[in-house]
Amino acid sequence: MKLQKKKELIFFILKVLVGVIIISPILYACMVSFMGPEEVSSYPPRVFPKEFKLINYDAVLSTYPLFKFLANSIIVCLIVITSQVIFSSLAAYALVFLDFPFKRLLFTFIQITMMIPVESIIITNYITVCDLGLVNTYPALVMPYLISGMSIFLMRQYYMTIPVELKQAAEIDGCSDWGFIYHIAMPISVPTIASLGVYTFVRTYNQYMWPLFVTNSMNMRTVQVGISMLIDGEAINYGIVTAGAVFVLVPVILVFVFGHKYLVNGMTSGAVKG
Amino acid sequence: MLKQKSRKQKMTPYLMLLPTFVFFSAFVYYPFCRAIYLSFCMTNAVGHPMKFVGLGNYEWLFKSKQFWNSIQVSFKFALLIGVCTFTVAFILALMANVKMRGSRIYETLYSLPMAVSSAPAAAIWFLIFSSGSGILNYMLHTDVRWLQDRSIAMYSVALVTVWMNIGANFIFLLTGLRNVPKDLLESATLDGAGYFNKLRHVVLPMASPQIFFVVFLNITTSFQTFAQIKLLTQGGPAYSTDILVYNIYRTAFRDNRFDRACALSVILFLIIFLITRVQFMLEKKGVHYS
Repeated sequence: MKLQKKKELIFFILKVLVGVIIISPILYACMVSFMGPEEVSSYPPRVFPKEFKLINYDAVLSTYPLFKFLANSIIVCLIVITSQVIFSSLAAYALVFLDFPFKRLLFTFIQITMMIPVESIIITNYITVCDLGLVNTYPALVMPYLISGMSIFLMRQYYMTIPVELKQAAEIDGCSDWGFIYHIAMPISVPTIASLGVYTFVRTYNQYMWPLFVTNSMNMRTVQVGISMLIDGEAINYGIVTAGAVFVLVPVILVFVFGHKYLVNGMTSGAVKG
Repeated sequence: MLKQKSRKQKMTPYLMLLPTFVFFSAFVYYPFCRAIYLSFCMTNAVGHPMKFVGLGNYEWLFKSKQFWNSIQVSFKFALLIGVCTFTVAFILALMANVKMRGSRIYETLYSLPMAVSSAPAAAIWFLIFSSGSGILNYMLHTDVRWLQDRSIAMYSVALVTVWMNIGANFIFLLTGLRNVPKDLLESATLDGAGYFNKLRHVVLPMASPQIFFVVFLNITTSFQTFAQIKLLTQGGPAYSTDILVYNIYRTAFRDNRFDRACALSVILFLIIFLITRVQFMLEKKGVHYS
């Protein structure tokens, strides 16, 4: 029995060690971000800073409006999440609880959107945004992402588990469809909404291609594009670059760690047949 | 049936679907049709059609060496990503399979790179790859120019991409492995099956939907890789990492040829469409769903 316990503990430590190796690039960057300039470029390369200095963070924050980038990203994320939750709940409700002409056809059209890769329509979406004169605006950043087939699927998957009796009982009590969504369906689907929220946050926060296309003023950059400017130059200052990278990573890693359960849920419940 | 629905009630489902279809129309159906249309036109500097040229853009592409290079690079990249990401993630999932106290810790660690997007990932790997005083060269006792050598750059970018994709693969595969019924495994143990026998005859078939899903997910996402390429190599050196999506970007924004970029976009769509068709066909044939 004791031997078994010991074995388990060793395995546990080994597994955690493998995990540390996997995230070691992040840890290493984190260490470098606290080094002074002569340590960053020392050879052989140092892994741990002699003392933790904040000069890189001072430098990156005073040269680049990182907080403005962060605010832009958060605003975009909040708009996208809110709109996806509301619109996908409505659409999923209609598809699960209501019967109406052309339902199958409309559902097929929703499925079609999931077969079109974003990258193949990004050029024409960019042309549309230019035509509308919306370059460098929040509407441009969020518009193509206000609804997605994947989020409709996720909500639909959950609504299909709500017993029809609940809906019928509510109907007898005189509850309208809108009332049912607002007072019953959405409140009981909070865990699913959380999954959708965490998943959408990570995806939206990490977007690079679209924000790169539709913004070009410093004031409208999102974090990803903003941080990529640090590595665009000729001579790269690794201390500053890693400080910027760590700055961008902290919010998303926090959401990831605390929302891990919801994220896993969101990813796995809609994707594979079930 | 019991009572006639009022006209307002009849409209309800359409009202609920209205926002969805308004946005889909504006940002999926319309741009998709427009991309097809523009691919048959010659466009001006702001992407408006000047004249209809039929298959002209496609003919130009099929004759261009860089187009075939992009196709080749994309497929090679997809194969690399598909095989490597799956292998690493599958081993990790096998390691994490048994739930125990504290298993959340390494589950989170194994999937964490998923949260790292391409910009900080590129920043971090730039540092690791840096020639001269870079830590990777130091640890391997080599002097490789990871991102500047044309025969190596693709593998370096693939390494970064595999690292970023392990997390999602791991999550799907772990779900698959944990769905394998315990009693099936137990009866296999009673029959005297060893670890690898159980893996081959029980675990692999039972987890096949997830395995299958993940393999195709890797292939399609690798075709859509953009940011790592843009940030690490700009398609170079000597177009050795010029994958299709990067070619689209280059053609549209550097050459200002929106028409050709649209033709490339249509081709990208067709390739991914064909891959998903193959996925569905194979799925019907061989995958085990419990």
